[in-house]
Amino acid sequence: MTVVDESGTNQVLRREDALLRVDRVQKYFPITGGGVLKRKVGDVRAVEEISFDIVPGETLGIVGESGCGKSTAGRTIMKLLDPTGGKIEFEGRDITELDRRAMVPLRREMQMIFQDPYSALNPRHTVGGIISAPFKVQGVKPARGIQAEVQDLMARVGLNPEHFNRYPNEFSGGQRQRIGIARAIALRPKLIVCDEPVSALDVSIQAQVVNLLEDLQDEFQLAYVFIAHDLSVVRHISDRIAVMYLGRIMEIADAEKIYSSPRHPYTHALTSAVPLPDPNAERARERILLKGDLPSPINPPSGCVFRTRCPKAQQRCADEIPLLRELAPGHYGACHFPEEKHLIPV
Amino acid sequence: MSAAETTTAERVADRGTDPFLKVEDLRVLFPTEDGVVSAVDGVSFSVQKGKTLAIVGESGSGKSVTSQAIMGLVNRKTATMTGEVRLDGEELVSARPEQVRSLRGKRMAMIFQDPLSSLHPFYTVGKQLSEAIRVHQNVSKAAALKQSMEMLARVGIPSPERRIKDYPHNLSGGMRQRVMIAMALLNDPELLIADEPTTALDVTVQAQILDLLRDLQKEFGTAIVLITHDLGVVADMADDVVVMYGGRIVERGGIDDIYYRPEMPYTWGLLGSVPRMDVNRSERLEPIPGQPPSLIRLPTGCVFRPRCPYHELVPGDRCDTERPELLPVSPDHAVRCHLEPAQRREIALERLGAHLEPAPDAVGTTGMEDK
Repeated sequence: MTVVDESGTNQVLRREDALLRVDRVQKYFPITGGGVLKRKVGDVRAVEEISFDIVPGETLGIVGESGCGKSTAGRTIMKLLDPTGGKIEFEGRDITELDRRAMVPLRREMQMIFQDPYSALNPRHTVGGIISAPFKVQGVKPARGIQAEVQDLMARVGLNPEHFNRYPNEFSGGQRQRIGIARAIALRPKLIVCDEPVSALDVSIQAQVVNLLEDLQDEFQLAYVFIAHDLSVVRHISDRIAVMYLGRIMEIADAEKIYSSPRHPYTHALTSAVPLPDPNAERARERILLKGDLPSPINPPSGCVFRTRCPKAQQRCADEIPLLRELAPGHYGACHFPEEKHLIPV
Repeated sequence: MSAAETTTAERVADRGTDPFLKVEDLRVLFPTEDGVVSAVDGVSFSVQKGKTLAIVGESGSGKSVTSQAIMGLVNRKTATMTGEVRLDGEELVSARPEQVRSLRGKRMAMIFQDPLSSLHPFYTVGKQLSEAIRVHQNVSKAAALKQSMEMLARVGIPSPERRIKDYPHNLSGGMRQRVMIAMALLNDPELLIADEPTTALDVTVQAQILDLLRDLQKEFGTAIVLITHDLGVVADMADDVVVMYGGRIVERGGIDDIYYRPEMPYTWGLLGSVPRMDVNRSERLEPIPGQPPSLIRLPTGCVFRPRCPYHELVPGDRCDTERPELLPVSPDHAVRCHLEPAQRREIALERLGAHLEPAPDAVGTTGMEDK
């Protein structure tokens, strides 16, 4: 079901059974001047009015280049950062204004997996201690005892349960990421925000972790927000994909559509820049080269933020901010001059 | 005719057939408290001018140490290095350090993965670039600075006259990588070693940098050794591919051999591990089980044996006890595996069947006729 949201601006997909609903969420970081008064002199507009929803068992991929705000978006959804504006609903409940303490019970339902498995685990705690932490924090006492439960979890994510008393430094990168995953699924959450969960891993290990995440999703009906810069991995794992640029969602659609018929010129440039692991497909690949660098989020361009690098930019793009609108069923793009359908034959 | 002249004459005569870079049985050993780490274990390959060789492998495969060994950047006090590295016929492993230094930055240059730690944070871009020129060329500071600006413009940096006064931290990641490339190209090197040149960059910037390397190669006929784990970048850039695992070459061939006729179980594993943008996304990935090996306690037989699902197809315990040789399957394609060639082709077809044929939208390009 599609509705135009209350302010009559961005169109978004709104589903009745949404687990998480993010409504025009903003996150600004203030910039303070020098001196004792620390007067505010401006804002880094890291996330600017993003809206989407996720249903149980679904994976929403968020892609974009460094500095596009995708990690800030993930942390804001998790309420690890306080949103500057907008509304976050989890299972129909408004959680935007909840403070740290009020969020604690909700942490059973929503968890996070981080990029760097080396810094996300406390080196002075044993693996068993790390994975049992959620049980202790939430006061959950499994019938068979915490250790038996944790060892089951370790076996489930492909770790040897006998390594319960080892320290993180005794594990490789891939195994550490498995520890982080075991900790995240310990209390059977409904939603996991994964921030670049495989980008620090070798290719062969990356595939192991991606498969594990897919299996766990099937088993526990998990919903994922999968944040990554690697388009091939995001497309592989996601049902829907949101493409971000300079804090805004440029396009959001089914994973297949984002690659086969991108409607936003930025998505088109982004997908066409990914080299394919197939020499003949590579020789035939059409490339769109973007010029220049990402503008500063302190002082974003007027109108469409992508216009300074867009090959199709016109006067209207500088004057008027393009809003997300439904270009095809379930396919939303924020562009005054969207691309034609079916650019790439599938 | 003096002896020196004879060698020069011979070198000129050989130039038509001899590769520009020839690495022969290269070994690099690091003695440590826990044992000897054999980072590079008998590696041989060659690169012609104007061609790109990609070295593919995971962490610990020895790909970066190989490139450092070629550039003479391995510390000879802490490592033992044997074998031969010939740059245009000149042997470098046994050469004096000063001799290698005179070639480095001039005839051969290197681009590193992380430009922020490879550029000096205290000096301006202009200072660093012009110093690289003045080490090898007898020119004035002003002339070197002018040359630096021209090079910055050539690698696509806007308003170079302003940029030469900037410090590395003033530049974005893509710009820094361009500065690194500019520095590497200042003295028109004939061999360029690029160690994960785009790994730290976003895809759109990666596309710009790869495009730049391709253009420069076309213009100057540079030989490029590209070290990467990204099979997409390899397919985009390489003429020939070397697949390394546990310090050894496990498969070597032309680009189409490796992607369309791979014969080594590790290569199959790599190809099965990467999600592809151009195929049905419901297709499950086929990862390689287990972990990369420790280079201190390498398996006695085949290095890939502990992760190989096919070792039981080889009669006896050859995979455990006998080190397979790198044997040719066609003139340019060699594989290190005990499986019979017929067995290998059968398994490859079963595992990667759909991907072994060139993609349908590539009709009209090369590669079809050698099927």
